[in-house]
Amino acid sequence: MALDKNQIAQRIAQELQHNTYVNLGIGIPTLVANYIPKGIDIEFQSENGVLGMGPFPFEGEEDPDMINAGKQTITTMPGAALFDSATSFAMIRGQHVQLTVLGAMEVSENGDIANWKIPGKMVKGMGGAMDLVASADNIIVAMMHTNRAGGSKILKQCTLPITGVNCIKKVVTNLAVLEVTKDGFKLLERAPGVSVDEIITATQAKLIIEGNIPEMQL
Amino acid sequence: MINKVVDNIEKALEGVESNMTFMVGGFGLSGIPENAIAALSKKEIFGLTCISNNAGVDDFGLGLLLKRKQIKKMISSYVGENAEFERQMLSGELEVDLIPQGSLAERCRAGGAGIPAFFTPAGYGTEIAEGKEVREYNGKPHILESALTADFAFVKAWKGDTAGNLIYKGTARNFNPLMAMAGKITVAEVEELVPAGELDPNQIHTAGIFVQRIFQGEKYEKRIEQRTVRTKQ
Repeated sequence: MALDKNQIAQRIAQELQHNTYVNLGIGIPTLVANYIPKGIDIEFQSENGVLGMGPFPFEGEEDPDMINAGKQTITTMPGAALFDSATSFAMIRGQHVQLTVLGAMEVSENGDIANWKIPGKMVKGMGGAMDLVASADNIIVAMMHTNRAGGSKILKQCTLPITGVNCIKKVVTNLAVLEVTKDGFKLLERAPGVSVDEIITATQAKLIIEGNIPEMQL
Repeated sequence: MINKVVDNIEKALEGVESNMTFMVGGFGLSGIPENAIAALSKKEIFGLTCISNNAGVDDFGLGLLLKRKQIKKMISSYVGENAEFERQMLSGELEVDLIPQGSLAERCRAGGAGIPAFFTPAGYGTEIAEGKEVREYNGKPHILESALTADFAFVKAWKGDTAGNLIYKGTARNFNPLMAMAGKITVAEVEELVPAGELDPNQIHTAGIFVQRIFQGEKYEKRIEQRTVRTKQ
């Protein structure tokens, strides 16, 4: 069975390292915060100006002056800090934030990511994504393996305008965990019950497959 | 003490004209100068260039100026929440310069800090790098981004004093301190205006030197864009 969005987030949460600062993008990445493994201390950074972001507020306690980058109302954790946008991106560009988790429309085998624009159709803007992918040491992409029409989003080369070049390190989809190596995508894990052949069929890029590919443990 | 207080919103907006460039603080609807925007949306000024991270929503924030087609050009990083914006952009009525959020913040900061340009890795290899000088530092390519300034910067703070010193609250700080630095005339509106001396100088986020005019906003709606809550167990 292919993973749902929550399970993708759950799998990505296994990548979290103790005592690190992490930036979660909008969409599936936001859900990662719900699955932090026991014993792992993380501080979440939100690029609109908060470090130590906490869960959503209880009903009636929402504060319009306390939101995340997705404009959702949030709370802060003990030890949180607030700052302006330039300082926030100093943390990001200056590589003080160790891990970035982002959504994507397309990724390619040389590590490019496209997640901000469909020419002539939707115009939203890149927000902080270009700054994040240009600088983060470790970037994990959370995405669906294919689009609604069944076409692969894991490509030899991105067809959409790219957000960053040669930057992503890992991709977790509803079907597989892929590592970006200098030779292309390496298949690390498959979703429970999903065969390697199904993943190959859903992937336009070349896949490096070595030995038995284990199922993800959720 | 140099007094920066203006008596009313009309005095605060004195000198705004068509075809000017405005910076407008805020992230989403958080920390936007609501009172200044509402007053600008009633003025007969058009052809504006607005530098603001977002473009409001259809009936609030900069959406009010978009609806009256007062804005000719937007310089923003993310505009996904506004249907009218998208319509005007796709039809070509509205010119839009989308730039990375960190570069936008730094370009404002640089504009206020007297740094005309800087190199950043953000956007290298993408379409926003087209035509920009590329230079390698530490083995990594960077693109040259120029500073931004504005005829007017409109910012919003939580508290301010008569000397123009500002304190922001929560994540409503965002672009406001940077834009305050980069406006030729910076108009600050605050929820609470107090006499100089009442704010602790240690806690000031924006020093009054960056603020030319300050007033207490008549009222604040402080609309929430995405109300997300959890239920008590």
